[in-house]
Amino acid sequence: MSRAESPAGEADDRGAGVRDGAPEGDPAEAVARATGVTPDCAPSATGVTPEGAPPAAAGEVPPAAVAARAGRPLWSLGIFRSELVTTFRRWRTLTLLGVLAAVPVLIGIAIRVETADGGRVGDGGGQGPAFFTQITNNGLFLVFAALAATLPVFLPMAVGVVAGDAIAGEANSGTLRYLLVAPAGRTRLLLAKYTAALAFCLAATLAVAVSALAAGALLFPVGDVTTISGTRISFGEGLLRALLIALLVAASLTGLAALGLFVSTLTGSGVAAMATTVGLVVTAQILNAIPQLDAVHPYLFPHYWLSFADVLREPVLWDDVLRNLGLQGVYTAVFGSAAWARFTTKDITA
Amino acid sequence: MTGVAVIETRGLTKRYRSGPPAVDRLDLDVPAGSVFGFLGPNGSGKTTTIRLLLGLVAPSAGTATVLGEPMPRAARTVLPRIGALIEGPALYGHLSGRDNLVRYDSADPSADPRTRGARVAAALDRVGLSAAASRRARTYSLGMKQRLGLAAALLQPRGLLVLDEPTNGLDPQGMREIRALIRELAADGTTVFLSSHLLDEIEQVCTHAAVMNRGTLIAQGSVAELAAHTRGRLSVTGPDPADAARVLKELGVTDLAVAGDRVTGDPPAGAELADINASLVRAGVRVRAFGRERASLEDAFVALTGEGFDVAG
Repeated sequence: MSRAESPAGEADDRGAGVRDGAPEGDPAEAVARATGVTPDCAPSATGVTPEGAPPAAAGEVPPAAVAARAGRPLWSLGIFRSELVTTFRRWRTLTLLGVLAAVPVLIGIAIRVETADGGRVGDGGGQGPAFFTQITNNGLFLVFAALAATLPVFLPMAVGVVAGDAIAGEANSGTLRYLLVAPAGRTRLLLAKYTAALAFCLAATLAVAVSALAAGALLFPVGDVTTISGTRISFGEGLLRALLIALLVAASLTGLAALGLFVSTLTGSGVAAMATTVGLVVTAQILNAIPQLDAVHPYLFPHYWLSFADVLREPVLWDDVLRNLGLQGVYTAVFGSAAWARFTTKDITA
Repeated sequence: MTGVAVIETRGLTKRYRSGPPAVDRLDLDVPAGSVFGFLGPNGSGKTTTIRLLLGLVAPSAGTATVLGEPMPRAARTVLPRIGALIEGPALYGHLSGRDNLVRYDSADPSADPRTRGARVAAALDRVGLSAAASRRARTYSLGMKQRLGLAAALLQPRGLLVLDEPTNGLDPQGMREIRALIRELAADGTTVFLSSHLLDEIEQVCTHAAVMNRGTLIAQGSVAELAAHTRGRLSVTGPDPADAARVLKELGVTDLAVAGDRVTGDPPAGAELADINASLVRAGVRVRAFGRERASLEDAFVALTGEGFDVAG
C-alpha cells in the first residue's frame, strides 16, 4: 500500500501551497470579464479613445494597482543631469580630454626647444602653421595655434567618438532598453544625448584652450596682442577674444555632433558608429581639400571651421564666422531631425 | 483578486523584415494579481512579446493593453508602473551598483529626485546587494548583476513586474531568494509576468501560465488547468490486473492500458476516485496501489508542443 493513498498527497506536497493560494477563481469568468472590458481600454488607432480617461479607471484594475504618478515637469530633467554625469565619469571621456589637453603642451614645449637658440619658428622650413610664428612673442597665441592644430582632426575625432557611441553604445550594452522602459522617453533621451555631446564639444575645446593658455603663460612671455590686421589690442581684450574663439570652435563641432548622433541611431554597435563618424570627418576634410570640388565645399561641415581666425582681425570679420554658425545650425537641424525620425520609430531589439 | 486583465493583447503580431512572424496573432490575458508563467522554447517569440508589451518594438498588427491603457501609445503613463527585467541585466560597468540604480531612476520622469537616495537604498536592500553597492558593476558576478537588474525593477511600487528569466545565473540559494521575493511581491498584489524556461520554476511560483510555440500561443490558463490536460491517468496496481481493467471499464474509465500488474486509464470527468476505489474493492479486486499519476507541467508542455524543450526551428 505504499502508493495507494499517497499520490494525491504527493501532488499536494509540491507547490500545493502556491497553487492553493492561487486566485484560481473561475478563469473562464476572468476571461469573460476581461473581454467585457475591452471596449473601454482597447487602443484606438483613430484616437477616438478619450485621451483624458481618468487614471482611476486603470487604478481599479489590479487591487494593488499603482496609480500613475504625476511627475513634475522639472523631474524630467533628471535624465539630462544623469547623462552628463555618466558621460564625464567614463574613463574614455576623461582620456580623450587628457589627450586633447596634452596637445598644446607638446606644441609649446616643441616650439620652446626649437627656438631656444634664438631662431624663429619655421626657419628654413617655409611658413609654419597659422599663428605658430607669433607664439614666442606672446604665449596667448598658443591658444589660437593649439585650436587651429586640433580643430581639423583631434577635436572632431573626439566628438565623433562620444557622439557616435551615444545611442549605439547603450544599445550595444543593453542599457538602452532599460532606459526606455524606465521610461526615459525616446525624444527626451535623444535630447539628453545631444546635450551631453554638446557639453563634450565645449569641454574638449576648453581643455585645449585652458591647457594652451597655461602652457603659453608658463613657457613664453604674455602681453599686448598684435592682431592679424597689425593693430594692437590689450592682453585683457586678447583673452576675451580667445574665449570667443573657444566658443566658436565648440560651436563648429555641433553639426558633427548631430551627424554622429544620427549615425549612432542607425546601428547597434558603438564601435561601428564611432568609426563611421570619424570616417565621415576624414572624408569631408579630404573633399574639402580637393580644389576641383569647390562647388560642394560650402556645404561641407568643416569648410568654415578655420574662420575663427577672423576674430583676430581688427575690426572683426564676421562673414565667414556667421556662415560657419549657420552651416552648423543646418547640419544640426537636418541630422537632428533624421536622428529623431529614426530613433523614435526604431524597434529596440538589442 | 478581480478577474480583470492586467495584460490583454488582441491579434498582436510582430513581423520582422524577413521570415515568418516572430509573434503571430497573440491573444494573451494576464489576470490581475496572478503570477503568470510565460513558457516556450527558445526562439518561440517570448522575448518579442515582452518587447511589444513594453513598447520597445512596434506591433505589425493587433493591440496590446497593459494596466488598462494602450501600449505603446500610453507608454509615458504605463511604463512607470511596470518594473522589468528583459533578457538579462544590463549595467554601466564604470558606475557603482548604486549609481546604476540612480541612473535608471533618473530616467523616470515621474520619480521624485528628493527621495531617490532612499528608493535606491531600499531596492538594494531588498535584493541583498547593500554590501556591494559601492563596487563598480563590472566587478559583479552574473548573479549580482541579476540582482541589480531586479533592484532596478523594484525601484518603485509597481502594478506589474515583467521578469524575463529572473533566476538565470543565480545559485540555488539565490534562486530560492528570488522565488520568495516573487511570492512576496505577488502577495502584495503585484501582478508578476514571469518568463522562464525552467518548468519547475513556473510550477513552483506561478498561478497561471501560457505556452508559446513558433510565435503562436498554444495554451493559457491556470497552472492547475494546464496540467489537467494531461493529469488524470488513473493507476491501479495489484495482482489481478485483468479484473481491475474490467471493473474500471464498467466504471467508464477509458484508454485502458495493462502493463504487468499495473492498469492505467483516463477516469471519466468529474469522477470521485474514492468511489472507483470502493467499487474495485467491492468487486473483490485486490489493490496494492491506487491513485492518480502526477502529471507535471512538463508533461503538459510536451503534450502541447508535441516536442521536447528544444529550440524552435
